[in-house]
Amino acid sequence: MSDSVFASIVQAPEDPILGVTVAYNKDQSPVKLNLGVGAYRTEEGKPLVLNVVRKAEQMLVNDESRVKEYLPITGVADFNKLSAKLIFGADSPAIQENRVTTVQCLSGTGSLRVGGEFLAKHYHEKTIYIPLPTWGNHPKVFTLAGLSVKTYRYYDPKTRGLDFSGLLEDLQNAPSGAIVLLHACAHNPTGVDPTSDQWEQIRQLMRSKALLPFFDSAYQGFASGSLDADATPVRMFVADGGECLAAQSYAKNMGLYGERVGALSIVCKGADVASRVESQLKLVIRPMYSNPPIHGASIVAAILKDGDMYTEWTVELKAMADRIISMRHQLFEALQAKGTPGDWSHIIKQIGMFTFTGLNSDQVAFMTKEFHIYMTSDGRISMAGLSSRTIPHLANAIHAAVTKAA
Amino acid sequence: MAHLIRAGSSCRLASSGAARSMSTAWWRHVEPAAKDPILGVTEAFLADPSPAKVNVGVGAYRDDNGKPVVLECVREAERRIAGNSNMEYLPMGGSVNMVQETLKLAYGEDSDLIKDKRIAAVQALSGTGACRLFADFQKRFSPDSQIYIPVPTWSNHHNIWRDAHVPQRTFHYYHPESKGLDFAGLMDDVKNAPNGSFFLLHACAHNPTGVDPTEEQWKEISNQFKVKGHFALFDMAYQGFASGDPERDAKSIRIFLEDGHLIGCAQSYAKNMGLYGQRVGCLSVVCEDDKQAVAVKSQLQQLARPMYSNPPVHGALIVSTILSDPDLKKLWLKEVKGMADRIIGMRTALKQNLEKLGSPLSWEHITKQIGMFCYSGMTPEQVDRLTNEFHIYMTRNGRISMAGVTTGNVGYLANAIHEVTKSG
Repeated sequence: MSDSVFASIVQAPEDPILGVTVAYNKDQSPVKLNLGVGAYRTEEGKPLVLNVVRKAEQMLVNDESRVKEYLPITGVADFNKLSAKLIFGADSPAIQENRVTTVQCLSGTGSLRVGGEFLAKHYHEKTIYIPLPTWGNHPKVFTLAGLSVKTYRYYDPKTRGLDFSGLLEDLQNAPSGAIVLLHACAHNPTGVDPTSDQWEQIRQLMRSKALLPFFDSAYQGFASGSLDADATPVRMFVADGGECLAAQSYAKNMGLYGERVGALSIVCKGADVASRVESQLKLVIRPMYSNPPIHGASIVAAILKDGDMYTEWTVELKAMADRIISMRHQLFEALQAKGTPGDWSHIIKQIGMFTFTGLNSDQVAFMTKEFHIYMTSDGRISMAGLSSRTIPHLANAIHAAVTKAA
Repeated sequence: MAHLIRAGSSCRLASSGAARSMSTAWWRHVEPAAKDPILGVTEAFLADPSPAKVNVGVGAYRDDNGKPVVLECVREAERRIAGNSNMEYLPMGGSVNMVQETLKLAYGEDSDLIKDKRIAAVQALSGTGACRLFADFQKRFSPDSQIYIPVPTWSNHHNIWRDAHVPQRTFHYYHPESKGLDFAGLMDDVKNAPNGSFFLLHACAHNPTGVDPTEEQWKEISNQFKVKGHFALFDMAYQGFASGDPERDAKSIRIFLEDGHLIGCAQSYAKNMGLYGQRVGCLSVVCEDDKQAVAVKSQLQQLARPMYSNPPVHGALIVSTILSDPDLKKLWLKEVKGMADRIIGMRTALKQNLEKLGSPLSWEHITKQIGMFCYSGMTPEQVDRLTNEFHIYMTRNGRISMAGVTTGNVGYLANAIHEVTKSG
């Protein structure tokens, strides 16, 4: 019998983000804290299924007429329309003019991958610029999609804020037509977002160079608590009549993580173009997984199309966002109270699920070893994993790391 | 720039100077894509207002009333799941429970390979996703290899390996004259392929032809694969659906395993559990030892992460709920057999109807072929006539989805087929 054709394969390293949870699960300590993956936790540290989601789930189960046939390649039609309205606004001229094509995809990751593969096949510029830093999976998604990946400056470690002049300079130097990945709100991992004025400047610069915007919107509603406010940058770009791509995820804002629900929208110049683009998107999807999973999208559609359920959702969403904001304030105050050296105001300035603490990988390793606190080695902590009960433990750990393991 | 604005669109350009230099032509060159040959059939069927219309296109099971079916065991599983589980991310490799149960189906309840942890396996997005993951894996770790694909095959197989950038070759499979297996042609191609080639094999109920090798033929194929050191990837989308007995339908795989082959296997629950839209499946790769299996699994995960991060939880929960409960599993096996039996019954009925109509042609192949599909032997032109004159929808390769045939429409279908084929 011949050897395995794969005999020389070496084991791949753990995913830097998902590997954190793997390590956390192995830890036996009663005080262990998982601040790795961005999944929301309640004050009690439990995962949360929204009430409105449970409602929708029960409706689906009780509806005997529901079947589980293949969805069309593009997914649930209602879901697609409603998702476009959610991100672009119900009154968006682009939607009214039928210039938007939306396809259901597997959460944010799947939407980015399908969009990336479409661009690699049909767009004249095969380079995508991603911010430095960005979500760890972005470079792999776009590389495997067939694009070449470059970076633009984004985070300034000195200010723990936006390196705006660096950003503008790098985009100015990008070749005309290049694709630019923009985090719509609540930048992951830094939590640093441009201001409205800064967004406007970015928009003008990008349009003057015909740079193609590709929005990653994974936290709509989660950043400020307002779905519309969090969509402002995207809508700003659409309002100028230009084209763009937008990847949406319902993993966090509807708590549908494992159901893998998302959507890719491409805003085009005209309805005819949008229709042809959609037909080509289908050719990307079919050889990848044929058609998307039905369950999660059905839940989302049920909620978005019912006025009461939609309202209920916005209330639950705001409560999650508010709890996170409260955690930020509590952590900041705890560090102030301890007199931890350094300026920790970025904890309350940054927005969304994550705080880019500024801790280095040695300090992170120290915190894991001595305090059983799990986070990615870039110092990113998921605020959603904190509670009033565990904040003191984290504050102690940060204090110790900064004063001992500087 | 006004001339660049397509007629019919009424977008407003911002009035700033920057906007005037905005490109308007980014997607102008994008051609409308051809409709998918299989899924396009259902689209056309749905658009047809005729009350007599019949859909024997896509392979989705229908009951004798022509209605889609949700299995009882699935309904029960869903009742148990709703309200009781959170929706957290699965690991990148999917539900461990679901994968373990799924491996038992393919490799056997008491498989040593499973006991010895020699199988690298991950949850995949149904059969398509499993094939695509394997194709990407093959590209990355056997970059000089090609894939040998049977003629004909499910049309999407070609798309999958093309998008994975793995070069394709074909091997003889279907014998049009006998409407059976071109065994001699197949064996020649196996012998003539360079040693260590990768072959895609349909484990049972070949799609689209319904033509499967016999057990003896499988043994010979397996033996020749040994001689040549070929790699076998089994696409098993119809386990249980072919004969009604999942163990029997896995026979080809078991023959290869007995011969010591280190195979790959793509499994789907779309048809045999009726979970189509849930996208539940599994990709497994048999390795030399447990360490290698860990390594291979980790690499499969590295390919899934930039595609969709982790697979959907709902369908996996349904599968593991059913397969880990002995009563639900029994119910499932009964329901699968029920579906397979109905299809076998329809094959008999269609053949008998055609014979009664006095068709000059032989329709033996209808009952010889197995699984969801019947490769009728009709030409594209005959299929077009069926659609245009009789509102009968099928793929233009003459493939009939027997799952769409009912006691209510088998007579109409036989009539129509007779009409378009009676002149030979």
